[in-house]
Amino acid sequence: MIEHGASSATPVPPASAGGTGSSGRGASRRRYRPLTERDRLTLGLMVGVPTAIVTVFILLPTAASIVLSFTSWNGIGGLENIKFIGLKNYTDLISIYKPFWPAVIHNLTWLVFFLLIATPLGMFLAVLLDKNIRGTRIYQSALYMPVVLSLAIVGFIWQLIYAPEQGLLNNLLGRTAQGNQISWLGDPSLNLWAVLVAASWRQVGYVMVLYLAGLKSVDPALREAASIDGASEAQSFFRVVFPVMRPINIVILVITVIESLRAFDLAFIINKGLNGLELLSTLVTNNIIGETSRIGFGSAIAVVLLMVSVGPIVVYLVRALREDRQ
Amino acid sequence: MTVGVRPHPGQAASGAARRRKLRRAGLHAFLIAMSVLWVLPLAWAVYTSFRPYEETNRLGYVSIGGIYNLDNYIESWTRGEIVKYFINTAIILVPAVILVLFLASVMAFAVSRYSWRFNLGLLMMFTAANLLPPQVIITPLFRMFLRLPLPAPLSDNGVFYDQYVGIMTIHVAFQLGFCTFVLSNYMKTLPRELNEAAVVDGAGVWRTFWSVILPLTRPALAALATLQVTWIYNDFFWALILMKTGSKMPITSALNNLKGQFFTDNNLIAAGSIIVAIPTLIVFFALQKQFVSGLTLGSTKG
Repeated sequence: MIEHGASSATPVPPASAGGTGSSGRGASRRRYRPLTERDRLTLGLMVGVPTAIVTVFILLPTAASIVLSFTSWNGIGGLENIKFIGLKNYTDLISIYKPFWPAVIHNLTWLVFFLLIATPLGMFLAVLLDKNIRGTRIYQSALYMPVVLSLAIVGFIWQLIYAPEQGLLNNLLGRTAQGNQISWLGDPSLNLWAVLVAASWRQVGYVMVLYLAGLKSVDPALREAASIDGASEAQSFFRVVFPVMRPINIVILVITVIESLRAFDLAFIINKGLNGLELLSTLVTNNIIGETSRIGFGSAIAVVLLMVSVGPIVVYLVRALREDRQ
Repeated sequence: MTVGVRPHPGQAASGAARRRKLRRAGLHAFLIAMSVLWVLPLAWAVYTSFRPYEETNRLGYVSIGGIYNLDNYIESWTRGEIVKYFINTAIILVPAVILVLFLASVMAFAVSRYSWRFNLGLLMMFTAANLLPPQVIITPLFRMFLRLPLPAPLSDNGVFYDQYVGIMTIHVAFQLGFCTFVLSNYMKTLPRELNEAAVVDGAGVWRTFWSVILPLTRPALAALATLQVTWIYNDFFWALILMKTGSKMPITSALNNLKGQFFTDNNLIAAGSIIVAIPTLIVFFALQKQFVSGLTLGSTKG
């Protein structure tokens, strides 16, 4: 199993976004001497312990979510009380359970908002900041500061802005009088948008940092060549830089999708993910921490979340695989 | 000027220069506006936190003047028992970061420096595990934590549920994927000859790892440590579900309880939020470079 010396994976230099290619170091299958018994044991533990931890605490529960989603169990009593009920949880979910479709729509709205507004804005800011302008560090710092804050804190900070009577926004709009207030977080037709603005406050900076690092690794000669050929700045970005950045574009796309599916903290802090802020993640949570813990049913929602997560995860892995093979 | 190729070379040049200058000014105006907009929410929280409740009631929230003091900080610090929650966070955070970095570096070392049949498969599995939304696994995990035995010094109720070690464990498990991924990519860039030289010198696997490869991985470890400290500190979800005793909550999850205690006193909530944000803001100002390089290590490389 273990071979010494040669590796199946060739070393790849970091940040290959510039398309400079990888230096293919020949992976010749040289053999030194067989590993000693002790070395084999060490290597076995090095791989075995982390793998066991991930298996027990992540993969096993994932599999269990899938199995439990076909059962009915309220968590009381032993595992022998688990009854298999086929697809009933799923049919109930889509036909009877009222918050399900709103949650799906809210998750999709979250995704579309991030894809169309937050992520492009972050990328746009990165492109602007990539130019040699004075004070770029200050701009960068200001824009990326929210990234280090927890989403819980982001929730609290934005509640100070959205509060009906004491909030900054209503005060600036002159809508603080009783009856005239805008309930940014209470109104189910408004609150998702208010939360999305708060979430974007963080997402924009995150995307900006990642994209800026990518832009820095683009070979400047490419842009020079484009400008010599008479390309405008926009042309040189869309025709030259953007295509070269493809690996990072994919990472950013995957991150955007994953972050939208993971959305939880903000909604939960603001109103426990109810009344206009239902998300798949909050439904799962509310089904296990409520008084009536419906484990099979909560698992079915978790499996729906898993199914939609698998797509972006596979995209990410395929890309990682391809780069590894380069 | 002397070689007049164009009719009015001087004018054309100054026109272009002026246009360029104008565009630069526009760019700066836009960036300044965006930066101000971005700093505003936090600045507003800071401003509110310095004003006593009575003052904002008297003068209105959006106003200048009156008394500014630290009363809100003192009150949220004492009434919110902030120290206790900071200690809780430290109990979880410090071992979690050390463990996850250690386990990830041994795993990364084994998969990146030696050839295994399941090398790539393992790495993929780890990465996939890290990308899952936590809610996908929470239901069975919650049940598992209620039953999985944990002996006495580590647990006061005999199981993983409602224990510091439980929260620490799930952080380690969940972050292992990302850290292994970043570290193995980093280790792959180290020359293969290092292993060969170590073997020639008679070093075993452990010595090769500990005294040759690990020291060279230090920059990546520093970046990852910064990132992990921030992420684990910021976590809200795991402790919310897997911890029950309110007084054992880490600080970020405890915030929700503080909110209940302070009901509508926004000034106190502002001060409490700032106190909790301060450690991450320190990371931001002091270790920005590490933080960013940690993020980008994970993204610019597959």
